[in-house]
Amino acid sequence: MTTPRKTKQQWREKSYEPSIKKVPERQKSFKSNSSYDIDVLYTPEDVSAVDYDRDLGYPGEYPYTRGVQPNMYRGRLWTMRQYAGFASAEESNQRYRYLLAQGQTGLSVAFDLPTQTGYDSDHEMSRGEVGKVGVPICSLADMEVLFKEIPLDKVTTSMTINATAPILLALYIAVAKKQGVSSEKLGGTIQNDILKEYIARGTYIFPAKPSLRLITDIFKYCGDQVPQWNTISISGYHMREAGATAAQEVAFTLSNAISYVNAALEAGLQIDDFAPRLSFFFVSQNNFFEEVAKFRAARRMWAKIMRERFKAQNPKSWQLRFHTQTAGVSLTAQQVENNIVRTTVQALAAVLGGTQSLHTNSMDEALSLPTDKAVTIALRTQQILAYENAVADTVDPMAGSYYVESLTTTIEEKANAYLKTIDDMGGSLAAIERGFVQREIQEAAYQYQRQVEKGDATIVGVNKFTSDKAETHNIMRIDESSAKRQLARLAEVKKKRDPNAVRHSLKRVEEVAHSKDNTMPVIIEAVENYVTLGEICDTLRKTWGTYKEAIVF
Amino acid sequence: MVSAQKDTIRVLVAKPGLDGHDRGAKIIARALRDAGMEVIYTGIRQTPEMIVTAAVQEDVDVVGLSILSGAHLELFPLIVDGLKKKGKDDAVVLAGGIIPEEDFARLKAMGIQGVFGPGSSTQDIIEFIKKTVGAKKGK
Repeated sequence: MTTPRKTKQQWREKSYEPSIKKVPERQKSFKSNSSYDIDVLYTPEDVSAVDYDRDLGYPGEYPYTRGVQPNMYRGRLWTMRQYAGFASAEESNQRYRYLLAQGQTGLSVAFDLPTQTGYDSDHEMSRGEVGKVGVPICSLADMEVLFKEIPLDKVTTSMTINATAPILLALYIAVAKKQGVSSEKLGGTIQNDILKEYIARGTYIFPAKPSLRLITDIFKYCGDQVPQWNTISISGYHMREAGATAAQEVAFTLSNAISYVNAALEAGLQIDDFAPRLSFFFVSQNNFFEEVAKFRAARRMWAKIMRERFKAQNPKSWQLRFHTQTAGVSLTAQQVENNIVRTTVQALAAVLGGTQSLHTNSMDEALSLPTDKAVTIALRTQQILAYENAVADTVDPMAGSYYVESLTTTIEEKANAYLKTIDDMGGSLAAIERGFVQREIQEAAYQYQRQVEKGDATIVGVNKFTSDKAETHNIMRIDESSAKRQLARLAEVKKKRDPNAVRHSLKRVEEVAHSKDNTMPVIIEAVENYVTLGEICDTLRKTWGTYKEAIVF
Repeated sequence: MVSAQKDTIRVLVAKPGLDGHDRGAKIIARALRDAGMEVIYTGIRQTPEMIVTAAVQEDVDVVGLSILSGAHLELFPLIVDGLKKKGKDDAVVLAGGIIPEEDFARLKAMGIQGVFGPGSSTQDIIEFIKKTVGAKKGK
């Protein structure tokens, strides 16, 4: 393409300004989600500072702006991975087998809140929560049912689990062993990202220091024993859902990632031994072009951070591989079918942004857990994008768009400014302990709410184009008999297991918690003896205490 | 004589259950504070007993409950009954979160005066509180 003869300024004066004098624009200003001004037009002038070799490069090559694989989806499509789990191990197992039969290519396990926060189903804190937002897992007996007839050497499994990640990973390794599958053959991901739990998601248990130790223990253990496992999924998703802007999402995710890398280096690990197994998780929100730019900017930033700051040598350490989920907060309880359209556009942004795997939300998730029908439509949305729309046939098709390249640079600049601020505070943990990150996110959330209530931001069906017509919905309800069955199985496990082995295992857990040794082998031994998740967590809580949140509002 | 202090509406915003989704609770806490109310936010993962105790100790006019995990039908009655037992049933109890509309009637029957689902505006909640508590205080 040749350089234009006229400058953007000349065009502004000659054509644009006279035109808007006659017909004013529909808004005084146009702002991106990260609240910078969007210009009326982007031209070669806006990307004149972009150096192709330095800033974009080729796919599969540093700095990976255009994607982590040379041919991206022409080889293998992204993994279609619907997050699911509810009621009990039996029902969740059925849902997984149904999804696999429908052409889903990976599993993604949702655990209930007691499992995520370290309580067995029979604990007082678990009242009302057993099986509500995911599957309850107390012991190996539950895990055996959850993965019944699912060959763990053939599917990869993502588990959204953080504070109790070592226990769930141990259970997964143990159940695979029972299937005759050795740990080297296991593929999957645990979220294992405690810092964003402190910031936004809330399922923390232990204080920061032992929590970070559990994480680096997993890095080390998996490096030796479960080499194909993604040991962490460093997540911007929940911070964005809590209100962060696109630039904040990138910045806070990467600053948390830097903290994990530092923690691992301090624990004596070598950068290229664990960095290739780090993975990421972002949202895909409504602001279509900015989201595509966000994914591209994140890849470029991570590559530079790993190569320049941490001096990683292995190209795999430079590659930001990520999972994407469409935006739960964008779903409306009003006119729920509209959510299918929102999700489709968000999914398209994730694909054009080069995601490795994708979860598309179901239309009814502002009401309850999704129904079968809604889940199927959500999966079909991905399949239509993949197979009918030809959006996956060439690599990084948005590259070279003046607008998208300019946005990519802007997001990188904004996020880098945040990274510097956080570095100056002493890193992520210090910034979290001061409430800085939380306050930034809450401020953005509050401002957005005000925009919606003033009508400056439009939500179709909520503050514009509303309907008085009564809506009826099929709602997914968790049957109370599921929780009863779960409690019965837990009671039976406790009756049948060897009490001496349990006592011995828990003593070992306590000892390893006090020591500097790797916690994973001891936790695996405990779960194999049918020690429960709640018992292990109680022992660790007794040893380490619990995290106290600085409440900011 | 009524002092300005006494007229200030006191609100406890509470998160029962185990879910950590507190974006909504915090936005509401701040909006109520900006509207001139005194707001106490409990933080996440509160048991029904902890919430009742806080409501009594802080002698609030309003208890706003937020839950997104689907445990509302199990946990809300424990809070409403607890308030009654402690003689704190003069407090107006409101609820919000992921609560399907078909549950609204059941929640109202158990004594929850206002239910505000997804898409509710903070302005509506402020007006509802002013009207409801104002009517009580006027008695």
